[in-house]
Amino acid sequence: MVDITAQEIERCAPLDGVRTASRTSGSRIGFEDVSVAYGGLTVLKSLTLTVHPGEIVALIGPSGSGKTTALRVVAGFVRPSSGRIMIGDRDVTDLAPYDRQIGMVVQNYALFPHMRVEDNVAFGLQAQGAPRDVIRQRVPECLAMVGMSAYGKRYPRELSGGQQQRVAIARALAPKPQVLLLDEPLSALDTQIRRAMIDEIAKLHHDLPDLTVLYVTHDQTEALTLANHIGIMRDGEMQAFGEAQALFRHPPTRFAAEFLGRANLLSVGGLTAAGPGEARVRFGGAELLARNPHNLPEGRDCLLCVRPHHMRFAGEGAVANALTGVVQSVQWQGDVHNITLTAEGESLRMTCVPMAVPPALGDQLRVCFDPSEVTLVPEDAPRG
Amino acid sequence: MADLAAHAVASPRPGRSFRAGLLWVVPPLLVLLVLFFYPLSLIVREALAPEGEGASLLHIETVLRSREFVSGLYHTVVIAGSATAGCLVLGFVLSLVIAFIPFPGAPIAGRLIDMIIALPTFLMTLAFTFIYGSAGLLNGLLVDAFHLEQPPVDFLYSQWGVILAEITVFTPFVMRPLLAAFSTIEPAQLEVASSLGARPFRVIRQIILPASLPALLAGGSLCLLLTVNEFGIVLFIGAKDVITLPMLVYAKAIQEFDYTSACVIAVVNVVLSLGLYGLYRAIISHFGGGNAGRV
Ligand SMILES: Nc1ncnc2c1ncn2[C@@H]1O[C@H](COP(=O)(O)OP(=O)(O)O)[C@@H](O)[C@H]1O
Ligand SMILES: [Mg+2]
Repeated sequence: MVDITAQEIERCAPLDGVRTASRTSGSRIGFEDVSVAYGGLTVLKSLTLTVHPGEIVALIGPSGSGKTTALRVVAGFVRPSSGRIMIGDRDVTDLAPYDRQIGMVVQNYALFPHMRVEDNVAFGLQAQGAPRDVIRQRVPECLAMVGMSAYGKRYPRELSGGQQQRVAIARALAPKPQVLLLDEPLSALDTQIRRAMIDEIAKLHHDLPDLTVLYVTHDQTEALTLANHIGIMRDGEMQAFGEAQALFRHPPTRFAAEFLGRANLLSVGGLTAAGPGEARVRFGGAELLARNPHNLPEGRDCLLCVRPHHMRFAGEGAVANALTGVVQSVQWQGDVHNITLTAEGESLRMTCVPMAVPPALGDQLRVCFDPSEVTLVPEDAPRG
Repeated sequence: MADLAAHAVASPRPGRSFRAGLLWVVPPLLVLLVLFFYPLSLIVREALAPEGEGASLLHIETVLRSREFVSGLYHTVVIAGSATAGCLVLGFVLSLVIAFIPFPGAPIAGRLIDMIIALPTFLMTLAFTFIYGSAGLLNGLLVDAFHLEQPPVDFLYSQWGVILAEITVFTPFVMRPLLAAFSTIEPAQLEVASSLGARPFRVIRQIILPASLPALLAGGSLCLLLTVNEFGIVLFIGAKDVITLPMLVYAKAIQEFDYTSACVIAVVNVVLSLGLYGLYRAIISHFGGGNAGRV
């Protein structure tokens, strides 16, 4: 919807104002039925996806699932074997990478090693023929944006990984691209710096609300923190796509539930409707109440998705959705306790606030969860 | 110096291994002394103080001021300089094609280069005379086609023929280190550069060229070294007016029996070579050798 408005603005704008108009309104990225094949092997299968102007979409999936390929097809380094790539309302499928006006940040920074930081940042502006005074003004601006003002005269090898990645981001943003592609930009950094960088990228996007971002990662924290929408990739196909929270709360497939936030998935049966959007299912001897957002039909065998942090200890009285399990392992991780139980032959993970006296191995534990926080997920169709 | 220091630091037990090391070093040094430095010293002595004459530098001045020597030095420098420049340009372009333009034969092309390095230098020259020589393929075709009396193509028997032959023979010596340097360039850098709006020519100029500068310098100085001393190619082409320093040494010593002049010129040639070799080593060690590759 939003991108149609953007197109209209662009169409109405006078010719010489087109670039400004489109910049203030942002550009969408559109995959239209895009397939990519290497040799005979199709590694991206009929991908259709729109990243709306100003939005961050994360593509997440295991290694080899085609995320990088999807990004490279937008950048122009891979030609689709079929389909079209749109940026704004330009069909860029046949454009060379240097004509696409895209910012790109990759995992290993790829800074130009023989150029000082400021020359790295100026590179795109020079290549696109920006006047000298514009460059002289824009480079410090971009370095300030990523907090690297003090490092302009350094060479990349004199910077830490995190600093190099900031420079890479500044370099990508200097020519004011409408579209930014990030390929696992934080995977080479250690956990603490990665956390800080997630916050900084979020802040950066807050300051540049028109920037359309396609963010490839295999890290769910990055995806959940930054993205408006998340696409889950598997074997070259987009398995699931949706608004980040909705996708997390109501994963549409087993793969989505497992990949995004390590859910407990219990095999349940005997589904019967119970109130609007809810259903009753049987798990061994227990009867459980859960949300049924995908409207699975009655009688269907399916999976019950319970996030580890939604499980609680149940008291003695009658509670809904109570299960009894045997403690298999107890792990203390500083800010949480991880407990593994088995119930009805299936293993269940729960996380809870640290306890002074944690349950012991072999203890019988009664746990429960809120019906509004558990979701029924269809079992994946057998893959062939 | 730097790598000497590095070796000293890296050596695990400098005190104990010193004597054992000496044992290993002395015999080859002796062999080197007998086989190489002694004859060299004879040449130097003959140049400085010819047999039968007193020590005087007058004859040296005479040789160095002679027309032959000046012209020989001029030809040597011009041929070596032009051939090296040609090798660098041709080597850079060919290496770019092999390294960055995907085509099925690229690995074979790489191996072919190694093979050319292994061949004797005059072989290519021989092939040249078959193709461009006065009785060669090209002239034969042209004479037949246009009913000419004289073979029209005769550049081979000039300075240009020598330069062309040397470019053909020595370009692989530039390409080896260049290909090694290109293979260390991160492909992502080239991709990011082009996504920033840089066209291929700018990517070559601003990313690839600076990254391959050490290799170009090393390959170039090696080429210079080889072309300054090249004898076989010049001899095989046999151009009348193209006399280089090695040719002059040959002419003086073997044809005119003027050993003293031959030795003076040879010493100049050796000094020139050692200077270039020093340059080559300096470049390799300055850039750490990693990028420059080895030939
Ligand atoms: N240049 C290439 N040539 C052949 N196969 C490739 C090439 N690049 C990627 N692939 C294959 O395409 C598939 C998807 O790769 P990629 O998009 O890099 O996955 P991801 O980024 O999700 O890890 C993988 O199976 C990979 O082996
Ligand atoms: Mg990848």
